[in-house]
Amino acid sequence: MHNSKDFKIPIGPQHPALKEPEGFSVALKGEKILGVDIRLGYNHRGIEKAAEERTYIQDIYLIERVCGICSHSHSTCFIQAVEEIAGLAVPRRALYIRTIIGELERIHSHLLWLGVAGHEIGFDTLLMYSWRDREVVMDILASITGNRVNYGMNTIGGVRRDISPEQSQEILIALDILEERTKYYIEVATQESTIIKRLSGVGILSREDVLRLDAVGPTARASGVKRDVRADDPYAAYGELEFKVITDERCDVYGRTVVRVKELMESYKIIRQALKNLPDGPIAIKAPRKIPAGEALSRYEAPRGEDVHYVRANGTEKPDRVKVRAPTLANIQAVKHMLRDRYLADMPIVIAAIDPCFSCTDRLIALKEQESATGKIISWPALHAYSLEWYKKQGIDFTALNKKLSAKGLTG
Amino acid sequence: MLGELFYIFIFPGFVFLINFAWIAEFIDRKIYARLQNRVGPPWFQPVADFIKLLSKEDIVPAASNPKMFKIAPLFALASAITAFFYIPLWKADALFSFNGDVIVVLYLLTLPTLAFFIGGWYSTSLYSRIGSVRSLMQLFAYEVPLFMGILSSALLADTWSLREIAVFYTSHPYVWMFNLLGFAIALVSLLGKLEKVPFDIPEAETEVVAGGFTEYSGRMLAFLRMTLDVEMIVGSALLALVFFPFGLNLHPVIGFLIFIIKILFIISLISLLRTVVARLRMDQMINFCWKYLVPLALLQLLFNLTMKGMFFR
Repeated sequence: MHNSKDFKIPIGPQHPALKEPEGFSVALKGEKILGVDIRLGYNHRGIEKAAEERTYIQDIYLIERVCGICSHSHSTCFIQAVEEIAGLAVPRRALYIRTIIGELERIHSHLLWLGVAGHEIGFDTLLMYSWRDREVVMDILASITGNRVNYGMNTIGGVRRDISPEQSQEILIALDILEERTKYYIEVATQESTIIKRLSGVGILSREDVLRLDAVGPTARASGVKRDVRADDPYAAYGELEFKVITDERCDVYGRTVVRVKELMESYKIIRQALKNLPDGPIAIKAPRKIPAGEALSRYEAPRGEDVHYVRANGTEKPDRVKVRAPTLANIQAVKHMLRDRYLADMPIVIAAIDPCFSCTDRLIALKEQESATGKIISWPALHAYSLEWYKKQGIDFTALNKKLSAKGLTG
Repeated sequence: MLGELFYIFIFPGFVFLINFAWIAEFIDRKIYARLQNRVGPPWFQPVADFIKLLSKEDIVPAASNPKMFKIAPLFALASAITAFFYIPLWKADALFSFNGDVIVVLYLLTLPTLAFFIGGWYSTSLYSRIGSVRSLMQLFAYEVPLFMGILSSALLADTWSLREIAVFYTSHPYVWMFNLLGFAIALVSLLGKLEKVPFDIPEAETEVVAGGFTEYSGRMLAFLRMTLDVEMIVGSALLALVFFPFGLNLHPVIGFLIFIIKILFIISLISLLRTVVARLRMDQMINFCWKYLVPLALLQLLFNLTMKGMFFR
């Protein structure tokens, strides 16, 4: 991307602007960004592989932990695929409850984003306010599901907990509070001049670029692309509910802020409808332990954009293959494009504007020879030997320890 | 002689100034926290922070210039404290005074910024270098409106001496109200000098970690932070004298109380301002200073010149 003579500044893997490890190498000329190199792979957890070695029921809990913020999104997306393969008819009440939890999660994610965005542009007051209000929705989630994050609500064939009439009353009261606060944020975002100055015209991503780079979620919708799985390919109860797909024509970070804040209002509308029309009936049906052979692709509109899960079953109680495409992976290419010819000061907010979730996105470690573009695949024993060599060069000798461990069968 | 030493080292010099700076930092942080719906620190937090930093290890980067790196914080603190001795506080008199000391005080208040630049530059870290260049760039933006705002008040008093300014405004009460626009300009510029939101660009943590202070730790960081606190007091004291020069001929105890109230008022304004705005970008900051602050400061100068021609010949 850029040559070695440029003034390069590392943003990450450890940096106050980033909440997760992620490497950005920024070439600068004064304050101007010449180019950015993005390196993923600091937070790879091997979840896809681990999912193949566990049963479907265990996988729900594993997949839920792909992301802390959109945990319900990932588990629902996974379960939809499994249910499709098994041919299960999920009760309508379960679908509505999934929708309600999904929208509550969107509210908490968007409020969290608003705070993070405020912090990235040095507006900590917004962070403190929006995170305080986020507690309202967190409390509601805790009272319905028992957990503030990783709700453990989904199970194959339905949901695990019901929403009682008292709880639905509780949700409605919380929604009134949140709606009032959101109106205040809309006012702040449209009137506070320093916010407008810092956000508008920053991180431009035109409609054509969205289509070319395949951005998803609020990032795409802020460039006028009406792309929302809830409306395009309705799942859960979305087909029966009224809501608007919010788009904006500004194409910049300010547009993304407006889209997210307005989406909050839509979420309140969706939850109110879903609670009003909540059908009676069971909340789950019994699912077989062994899922018949087959494959399915499932889509879900997570708060950050379209989440895609692919599941292939082989007739046993463990999946043959699970593939996760988190929304950040679709948006990360756009970041590079958005940062072109911007200032260093815009970097944190432009990255934050896609609402990145790097640990969900990380999927493999690619070792590269320095200063060359060719990759190299190293087998496990070779990597092991390489690490021993590397430490020996640093003056630390692990050979003796390694022999001891391998005598006990503790190393590969 | 003894009296002067007492003034310099005990009251209202070094010891008082530093204690007052801690109190001011606490008040600033507490107001900021309360406005953000947080609890905020306990009253002894700034002192505790200082003691903690003193007990920490001093790390000097291997690639840095150790002499410059170590001397910059002390240099900054010393010049900020020195500036304090030229400012009349609660009577129309200061420890040192001569015609032209307004300029000297402003100059002494510029030195800490230069020291931050030198410290940041010689620590050779990438973030420090960007941060220190930013603080210099920012200096060129806010310094001009700050000077113009303060000098417009001096212009009305027809003197370059802070003591004479105090004497003039004491003998012409209510004339200070002419300078309120100048006060607003100087207050906003002071935010730039103190590197507070919206002008905390040199130490914007989401961009350049801690800017010029990134590599500092332990005692030297403690002194750098104290410099910023002392600068806040000295800057506020200067603004209080130049723009609110009343209560200077009263009984010293009452005068002292009025002085404290004036400083706390200015500090609360600073906290309020940094609560309600976001950080600007460097280009926006420079634009803002030259496009809005400087013309407004010129307006104040013009107004004061007219006033002077009409009434204070």
